[in-house]
This record gives sequence, C-alpha cells and structure tokens, in this order.
Amino acid sequence: MPQKREMHVVYSLGDRIFRRIVTAGALTSLIVLALIGLFLFARGAEIFRDMGFKFITGVKWTAGSEDGTAAAEFSIGPMLVGTIIVSFIALIVALPLSIAGALFIEFYSSQRLKRLLISLLDLAAAIPSIFFGLWGIQVFSSMAERWSYLLNSYMGWFPLFSNEMQVFGRSPFVAGLVLAAMIAPIITSISREVYSRTPRELVDSCYALGGTRWGAIRAVVLPFGRSGVLGGAMLGLGRALGETVAVYLILNLVFAYNFNILEAQGGNIASLIATRFGEATAYELKGLLAAGFVLFLLTLTVNMIATSVVQRTSKDRS
Amino acid sequence: MSNIGNETLVAPIQPWVKPRAKTLKNLFGPALVALVSFVIVLLTGFAGPDGWALLFFVGLLGLAIARTRNQDRVKRNNSLISIVIAGGATLAFAPWLSIFYSLVIKGFHGIYLGYFFRDMRITTPDDELNMGGVGHAIIGSAIMVLIATAITLPLGILSGVYLTEVRGRLTRMIRFVIQSMSGVPSIVAGLFIFTTFVDVTKQFSGLAGSLALSILMLPTVARTAEEVLKLVPEDLRAASYALGARQWRSSLMVVLPTVRSGLTTAAILGVARVIGETAPLILTAQSISSFKFNPFSGQIASIPMYIFALFQIGTEYSMARAWSGALVLMVIVFLLFVVARRLGNRVKR
Repeated sequence: MPQKREMHVVYSLGDRIFRRIVTAGALTSLIVLALIGLFLFARGAEIFRDMGFKFITGVKWTAGSEDGTAAAEFSIGPMLVGTIIVSFIALIVALPLSIAGALFIEFYSSQRLKRLLISLLDLAAAIPSIFFGLWGIQVFSSMAERWSYLLNSYMGWFPLFSNEMQVFGRSPFVAGLVLAAMIAPIITSISREVYSRTPRELVDSCYALGGTRWGAIRAVVLPFGRSGVLGGAMLGLGRALGETVAVYLILNLVFAYNFNILEAQGGNIASLIATRFGEATAYELKGLLAAGFVLFLLTLTVNMIATSVVQRTSKDRS
Repeated sequence: MSNIGNETLVAPIQPWVKPRAKTLKNLFGPALVALVSFVIVLLTGFAGPDGWALLFFVGLLGLAIARTRNQDRVKRNNSLISIVIAGGATLAFAPWLSIFYSLVIKGFHGIYLGYFFRDMRITTPDDELNMGGVGHAIIGSAIMVLIATAITLPLGILSGVYLTEVRGRLTRMIRFVIQSMSGVPSIVAGLFIFTTFVDVTKQFSGLAGSLALSILMLPTVARTAEEVLKLVPEDLRAASYALGARQWRSSLMVVLPTVRSGLTTAAILGVARVIGETAPLILTAQSISSFKFNPFSGQIASIPMYIFALFQIGTEYSMARAWSGALVLMVIVFLLFVVARRLGNRVKR
C-alpha cells in the first residue's frame, strides 16, 4: 500500500528574500487599515474621555463660545441616527430593484442585451458619487418631492411620514432614494454574479419538469443566491453608510434627531465631518476625528461581515 | 454534412423562433397601453414621466392578465412576474441613464475648445460660458492620480503575487483585509491623511491628496491584479519550475510579464475608481482656481473639487460650469473603461 509522501519544500535564499518582500508588500493593506483605526482613535481619544458615553447618546454638537461661557459639547447621536435612517431607506429601495435587475440581466435578456447591460452596470458602478449629488438636487428632486407629497398626504397619519412644515425637498427620504440609485449597481452586479453561478443543470431540470421560468427562479436560483445577495446588500449598505458628498449636497443638514423622513432636515456622520471641517477649532477637530473613528468602525464591521458572507459563498460553489 | 450530393437543403424548422408577424402582434398590445397611458397623463392629474411609467406598468399587468385568462395559475404568475422583474430592472437602470443623459444635456453648453486649456484665475464663476475652463483641474487630477498610481500599483501587484504565487499562511486573511478595505469610506481616508500628513506638514498639498486616493485605490488594484494573475495557466509555472527556475525567477520573469496588459488594466480600473472622489480631497488637497504643477506644497485643483466648489456657489453659470466639469469627468472615466476593456480582452485571448 503506497503511502502519501511528506512534501518538504526548501526555499533557496533568493526565494526567501522574494517571499519576504512580497509578504511585506501584501501586508501594507493590513497595516494601513490598522493605522487608520489607531490614529483616528488616538487623536479622538480626548473627546471620548471628555464626553464619555454621551458622545453617542447626546443631542448637541456645539463648539462652545470663544470666552468659554458656553462649554463645547460634541455628540454624534443625531448624525448616527441620520446615517442609519438614510442608509436603510437606500437599502430597502435598492435591494428589490437590484434583485430584479440581476434576474433580468441573467435570465430574461438576450445575449446581446445582456452584454450591453453588464457594460452599463460596470460603468454605473464607477459613476463618481458627486454626480449623484448633482443629479439628485437638479434633476431628481422635483420628482421625489412629488412622491414625498403623495406619501405625506395619504400616509401622513403615520409618524414616519408626517411633515408639519410641508416642505418636501432635501429630506432624508430624497437622500435615501439617491443613495439607493448609487448602491444599486454594486448590489446588482454582485447578485448577478452569484445568480450566474447557479448550476445550469438544476435550472434545466426545472424546465424539464415542466416548470416555468419563474418556477425555476423561485425554486433554484433565489435560494442558491440568497447568501451572496445578502453579502452584496451589506456591501451596498457599507457604501451608503460612508457616503459624503451626495448626502452633503442633497440633505438640509440639521443637527437634531429627526425621525420624520419627509422633513427637510437630517444629516449623516460623513457630511457632518465635511461641513464642520473647514471652520473647526483644534478641539472640535478632535471631535470630528472621533466621529470619523465611529464611522470607520461602523463601516468596517458591516464590510467585514459582508466580505465573509460573499467569500464563503464564492468558495463553496466555485 | 451539407455538401453531400446536390440535394437542396430544406430550411430546418425552428419552433423556438417566433415569426415576425407574431412578434409585431405581440408588440401591438403594449404599444396601445403606452398610448392610452400617455393620453391619461395628458388629461388627468397623473403627471410626468413617473406617472406615465406607473400607468404603463399597471396597464401591462392588466394586459397580461387578459392574455393569460385561459391559462392556469402557474403560467399566469409566470407572465405577471416577468413584467414585474422587467419593470424593476428598468427602474434600477433608469437613474443611471438619467444621469448620463443630464450630463450631456446640461454639460455640453459650457464646453468649447478653450475649456480644456484655461483655468478660472481671471474668470469668476458667473462669467459667460465662453471664458475660463477646467484645464487646471484636469492637470491637478492627473498629477494626483499619477502619484497615487505610482504608490498603489507596486503594492497592488505585490498583494496579487502574494495571493496567487507565494500563497503564504496569511493568504486568506490578506484577501479578507483587502476586500474589507475597499469599504473604507472616502472621508475616513481623507481624515486619516489629514491627521497624519496635512497636520504634520502644516499645509494642504497634492501629495496629501494622492496619499488619500491611494488608500481608496489599493483594494481595487490588488483585487484586479489577483484576478488577472489567477488567469495565468498553471502549466506556465510548472514549465518554468521544470526548467530549474526558482520561484522568484518564475514569478518575475514568466508570470508577471505574461499578464503585463492585465496589470495595466488593474491600474486603469484603480484610476477610474478614484478619479471622481471628492470627499478625501476636501480634507487634503482642497482646491485653487489656477494652474499648478507642484504637488508638494499648497492646495491644488482637481476635477471633482472644481465641480463641488462651483456647484456650491449655485448661480446659473456656475451650475452650468459644474455640469460641464462633470461631463468631462464622466468622459474620462468612460474612456478609461473602454481602454481597460480592450486590454482585458487581450488578456483573455
């Protein structure tokens, strides 16, 4: 009975140097990531110490007055809530549309249309986020305001959709819809890739049993792609959480808790940083760095979960 | 087999190809629905393209129900859901098409030959559109992106080589870290460079901008490099080892030269990823309105910051300039994609 022999690789000196250099190069991403977290935390530490838990739960972001009569107080609570609200609106809108888009490209379009749509999808994923801001304010907002108005007049009794000022532009709702358009390419292309890996023979056996196209999709494709789509959705969510300029241009930035998504006030952490950065005192700058640290942790967590989900699915099935 | 004998070939029956007459007949219903919805939009309170789209969609669903009235539930569901999926896909694609369309429509006014060569030093944002230009911003963006590429490309290639050639103990972790790093918000990258570089050198600079862009660019370059290196056939490596080459020789002299154009693609995709980034530049490079070629001291212009600054002024002409700048940026991104695609195709062949 032949035994499996133990493999023993001896690298030459040249190889060992080569492998060291390559490893060092590959480790830069890890080091950079660690440094980002470390520096933002270290520079923001003073704020964390001064504000304590109120940094997350408080309600105010004021630099205080010059003569020291009013104390500086920094809390990202409202902005954190705003970040989450806007991102979830984006995700809720973008996810079904992206799934429909991915299914359409993969199962409903002809070869030529499919190629065209995939190119369009790649290009859409590369649209700079500032364009979404421009487009959201100048092109899309009139339409979105009409939708907001309709939503408010028919669903206004529900607190989420109430709006006492009856001004509908520049609201978290509009910003969320624009972010939905922004993250849809990511979710669509990841979903499409996952769906395209569905084993052909499973789909074909569905047809062979007399199933319709929808039958095959529902019975085979959707369950097969579920976790991959979930990962894609989380990657999209991560991008929406950290978006700056599109939100900055569209939202009317107000530093207060606002749960009425149709009202023209809101904000997110990233746009807080961009807004306050220019006129910040040294102390407030530390506050912004602390806010950046929280944002970094938030997006990194979401992204790591998303990555592990996506990588697990692609390893299992390919 | 067609050249056996001289018998004329009978055209094979293709039951899956619909005759043209039938296709036309199938299109008649939707066309009618489209027309009826259009009339309703004209006459009633349903306004705008969104109202029309909604009516058209509901009309199509109605039509499908009418057509499948004699069929069973499964088939009816199938055709209804086809329409829902096509509708959802249209809705998903509509914003991007709308963006491309508005870029062209709103952007082309401000573009003339001098637009690419002039700066905004003596032109106020409110001047007529035949003055001033985006030249300084193009130069600034090009400088920053080039530096960022010079930093990222070697690191990206090393990461790719580690993941595909060296395959050390950390392979899985590094792949994971690179993927997670692609989710770092651009403003956080800007903040990081601000506290570690701008704050230390006491000035905004193009170099700081490049460093911030590098952080965002590295994951894209590394992942694309890994993808193209994976395409190298294992035979090539085996052949090189069989000739007695060490790993470093076979990696540097066989594997990497094979994918040279693929690595160029990686660099180009990285550039396309970061050239439109605005948020990190607010914190690192800022913007100025004149030409500047020195990235090592002081603020420098860039296309996204040019758009951002003009858009915030908010007057008619400054908006028009912002849209023109956006059109230029989109064309650049588009061209980068076309080049990347060409090179990518060459790799596969």
